Amino acid sequence: MKKQITLAMGNGGEENNELISKIFYKAFKNEILQKSEDAAVIHNGELAFSTDSFTVSPLFFPGGDIGKLAVCGTCNDLAMMGAAPKYLTCSVIIEEGFPTRDLEKIVHSMEQELAINGAIVVSGDTKVVPRGNVDKIFINTTGIGEIQKKGISSNNISLDDVILVSRDLGRHGATIFAAREGIELTTDLQSDCASLTVQVQALIEADVKITALRDATRGGVSAVLNEWAKQSNICIEVKEESIPVSQEVYGICEMLGFEAVNLANEGTFVLAIKKEDELKALEVLHKFENSSNAVKIAEVSEQYVGKVILLSSYGTKRFLDMPSGELLPRIC
Amino acid sequence: MSELQLKDLYEGFRNPEVIKGFAKLINEEAKQLKNPINIMEVCGGHTHSIMKFGLPQLMPENINFIHGPGCPVCIMPKERIDHAYILAEQEDTILVTLGDMIKVPGSRGSLQDARAKGADVRFVYSPLDTLKIAEENPDKKIIFFAIGFETTTPMSTALIDVVLKRDIKNIFFHINHVTVPEVMVELIDSRDEHVDSYNNRIDAFLGPSHVSVITGSKIYEKFPKEYNRPVVVAGFEPVDVMEAILMLVRQFNEGRCELEIEYKRLVTHDGNVKAQALIEKYFEKASLFKWRGLGNVPDSAYKLRAEFAEIDAELVYADILPREEIEDHKLCICGDILRGMAKPNECTIFGTACKPTSPLGSCMVSSEGACAAYYKYGNLI
Repeated sequence: MKKQITLAMGNGGEENNELISKIFYKAFKNEILQKSEDAAVIHNGELAFSTDSFTVSPLFFPGGDIGKLAVCGTCNDLAMMGAAPKYLTCSVIIEEGFPTRDLEKIVHSMEQELAINGAIVVSGDTKVVPRGNVDKIFINTTGIGEIQKKGISSNNISLDDVILVSRDLGRHGATIFAAREGIELTTDLQSDCASLTVQVQALIEADVKITALRDATRGGVSAVLNEWAKQSNICIEVKEESIPVSQEVYGICEMLGFEAVNLANEGTFVLAIKKEDELKALEVLHKFENSSNAVKIAEVSEQYVGKVILLSSYGTKRFLDMPSGELLPRIC
Repeated sequence: MSELQLKDLYEGFRNPEVIKGFAKLINEEAKQLKNPINIMEVCGGHTHSIMKFGLPQLMPENINFIHGPGCPVCIMPKERIDHAYILAEQEDTILVTLGDMIKVPGSRGSLQDARAKGADVRFVYSPLDTLKIAEENPDKKIIFFAIGFETTTPMSTALIDVVLKRDIKNIFFHINHVTVPEVMVELIDSRDEHVDSYNNRIDAFLGPSHVSVITGSKIYEKFPKEYNRPVVVAGFEPVDVMEAILMLVRQFNEGRCELEIEYKRLVTHDGNVKAQALIEKYFEKASLFKWRGLGNVPDSAYKLRAEFAEIDAELVYADILPREEIEDHKLCICGDILRGMAKPNECTIFGTACKPTSPLGSCMVSSEGACAAYYKYGNLI
């Protein structure tokens, strides 16, 4: 490990995994943690438990703000274990001088998003620190959800599964990048930031045979697929032409040298579903506006175990690896 | 009339049927080749496209790609990255550079590491964004660490132009712009102690189209004439690359050795004359520039003309910038890879000691480097 923590170590990809395994897993090692799921499954498999801290610049972005993000993020992690979010904590660190109106706006967004999830905040903490000690505001939320369907796990994906995504990829990452300082881009693009509880509940109610779910946040869909391939000892074969990407996101990717599969999402999830339920799952998802373009993108094989491969429509293939490094635009 | 969409600009150039059609034609034509041919794609952008789209898998056995040195980040020697690192460490200084330059390690670490230690390092997408940084930080010195081939050089000179015309006092320049034809010559015709190109296996070149949008195709005229190597200036989409390869194979079969342009939609013989004039106004050739993995290459880089010494960070900060040479890692075979004498996976440290997250040699540094492209996309033939 490097002597100093670098930004790349928070990228949701390779360096991030190294940081987690060499420092945190080493110290906190236990059976539940090492399952490495979106949320921990505790209390005889009845509860899901997850935490997430949020820092985003700009705080208000097209399609959401840090408040909405803070509730969606934790609730989505719970939903990915088949749980209905119930109780959240909310902890904020605020920089001296932060506008009260902005704080109200952020908390209002949280309130709205909690209602959508049917969850409540039951405990909280606030700290105000001197100017310069944090960047405007950091929010942590921790949540508990009641598991509605047991046995969802990214360690159980097999040849009987197909892989779907709930919508077009990369909107959040591309929106934040375009809004970032130093990048002068004009776009109508909006973040996909949204709660996924309702979709997951609908899938469970329709009795879709779900093997695994994961929201594709930092590191994007390629991080999810690579983690799944390793955790379940399978090869995932992605058909490149089936990956849904909007024109706007594609444009930003082409210009800056990114790939949409590596960009962060905040309201997009990947599903491993038993083959026979593919159409049923898609039918459920298509009823919701933000998963109306859900689609199958991959199948499971044993060709290169632990790897994800991308098949082109003209007969070539290549590995789709775990994103690494900090997201930086290519030079020319 | 329907509005022009972004996809209209590239979709045809990624059409699977067209790619397959070219693959078929290339495979047929290649049957008539007397000898196998090794085509060097000079530019890292081409390497990236070729690997990303898996084009080697569509080639017959007697056509082979050699991945060239055209990645401005990869070839930056440790000495110059150390310069950037030291400049970034200065008090009240902001070091500005382009994109993935900040992750390349020098002997002290990368600019990312410098930033983690508290230095103010920023990247911009366009050099002109540096003006805003300078305006917002009037009490700080802004040093623009300029990198790139002929494609990005005019953008740096455009910034210099504004800085001088508006008499902005707090922007300085560390110039690392390099040029393509000189390093091509080095790869096929050099007898220097670092690089012996006597055994190089390069039979033909794919010329980078974006460079030629600025310089025109004329910069490659000497390769067919003096060095007996055909050149096709090609675009970066898979259809462009495939068409260019077909053009090269046909040259061999028809006994021709010429300079041709595939990327006719933007490249002309003379190029962007205005941009060339701007480069000429502010820059002159540096007599030597060290390339990571290749050593010193004569006349292969630009420096600021003497009359602009007051904005030249290499002169302004001469006292603190080290001049000692630093050797490349002794197990690294980037020099051989760049001359087509070895493939990335033949290197003993490939994928083990040398990875994209901890690169030792130039070719692993950026996603455009040959080793990084091999590592990232694998070699699934």
